[in-house]
Amino acid sequence: MHSFPILTNLLATASNELNFFEKVISIIKDYYNNILEGIANTLLIALIGTVVGLIIGVLTGFIRTIPTSKNKTVKTIQKIVNGVISVYVEIFRGTPMMVQAMVIFWGYAGLAGGSTLPVIPAGILIVSINTGAYMAEIVRGGIISIDKGQFEGAHSLGMNHTQTMFNVIIPQMFRNILPSVSNEFVINVKDTSVLNVIGVYELYKIGDIIIKGNFWMFETYLIICVIYFILTFTITRILRLIERKLAGSDNYVICGSQSDPKAEIKVRSNG
Amino acid sequence: MEKIIELINLKKSFGNHEVLRDINLCVAKGEVVSVIGSSGSGKSTMLRCINLLEEPTAGSILYQGENITLKGFDLNAYRAKVCMVFQQFNLFNNMTALENCIRPQTVVLRKSKEEAKAIALKNLEKVGMSAYINAKPAQLSGGQKQRVAIARALCMNPEVILFDEPTSALDPEMVGEVLEVMKALAKSGLTMIVVTHEMGFAQEVSSRVIFMDEGYIVEEGEPVEFFTNPKMPRTKEFLSRFLEK
Repeated sequence: MHSFPILTNLLATASNELNFFEKVISIIKDYYNNILEGIANTLLIALIGTVVGLIIGVLTGFIRTIPTSKNKTVKTIQKIVNGVISVYVEIFRGTPMMVQAMVIFWGYAGLAGGSTLPVIPAGILIVSINTGAYMAEIVRGGIISIDKGQFEGAHSLGMNHTQTMFNVIIPQMFRNILPSVSNEFVINVKDTSVLNVIGVYELYKIGDIIIKGNFWMFETYLIICVIYFILTFTITRILRLIERKLAGSDNYVICGSQSDPKAEIKVRSNG
Repeated sequence: MEKIIELINLKKSFGNHEVLRDINLCVAKGEVVSVIGSSGSGKSTMLRCINLLEEPTAGSILYQGENITLKGFDLNAYRAKVCMVFQQFNLFNNMTALENCIRPQTVVLRKSKEEAKAIALKNLEKVGMSAYINAKPAQLSGGQKQRVAIARALCMNPEVILFDEPTSALDPEMVGEVLEVMKALAKSGLTMIVVTHEMGFAQEVSSRVIFMDEGYIVEEGEPVEFFTNPKMPRTKEFLSRFLEK
């Protein structure tokens, strides 16, 4: 599956000196498929990792905002769960993802008697858990930033915690946290590069393999670097567009006015 | 007279600060009770206790004879019957005026979208906001927001509406439009408890006026009697500033 045209390139370097552009073109031509595979894996892991991380973040945010129960047993359970969330957040924010990857990957191998996790799912798992810890804090900030009156308004009409969260708080929170979520996604696109330590064929790892064939360190990593930038730049533009969409229109139609389509229909049907 | 809300020896403290010291109040169905008093006298806290946005420290609150502070009381069903209108409106910022009125009905009362929409439109018309049903709260003026908030409460078909200084965040012109709506509601026979600084409204519309000071109900009475012939010295002092004019 991962075949690298090493031999041909080795011969090429030996036979004649190529200039910068020729080297770049040669790398792209020879490793086109491998680079695409790297891009696909990087994007896949970053995207799923960010989405799952966001889900973890929203879940923790939901749990952490549940009002403290009057029932003693429930109260104790709440305390324990909140404690577990805090420990999770602190540990995964406070250690490097590269080390987490090694600990989880080889920890599993140790427990499973030597059989390792398939690398891409393992990568997704690691990025998800890591992102979840950051998202938990981002979501917490997003919820704090919402006016207390929004909770009170919902409660005063008889909504319970779940109804309040899903109808009123979370939709508003999403708009608030979207820039931070975009940020996390971009960070993840770049940070998947550390997954090379467990052997994931992501973009950086592909570069790593290419140079073992051609020894063109600068040209190879420059290409990888440019690809990373194109990916992150495109993603930020797309997310900015989504942000603007979510912000909604600044205008509204006054009912019964001439710009109200329904008002026009009424006039016609009467006439 | 059918009692609807009764406060018995209600006390509320925040830490060492006693806000409500000993409140006893009985509100009958169809009454419009105005609660007046200086800032910090505990008016808003009392109202928030009735909706249980604040947990009372001691005492009990009865709704149609049932103690709402007891364990196992269906608080959310109660809140749908005893709605609240806030000084800061607290409209849901992520929804249009119409959705603000529809969503609580579909979520809490489990009404169908169509039915909820019909009720919402009727109530928005009642408060004169029919033209603005597609506007988001951020696009409305304070008075308009408060009228939508009143419509939203009306959509729950409540027994009682609690008004927590509904006009205090509004400029004088907007105060008028909101008070007009509230006057109409009072005439329709809805039970209302209104914390207000609008002495004119209290005098003209309410069936009873309550004066609070330092966590106690100092004086209460019929509006005409209350405003023309206050008994307690503290009431006289408070009212002097308003009645001099």
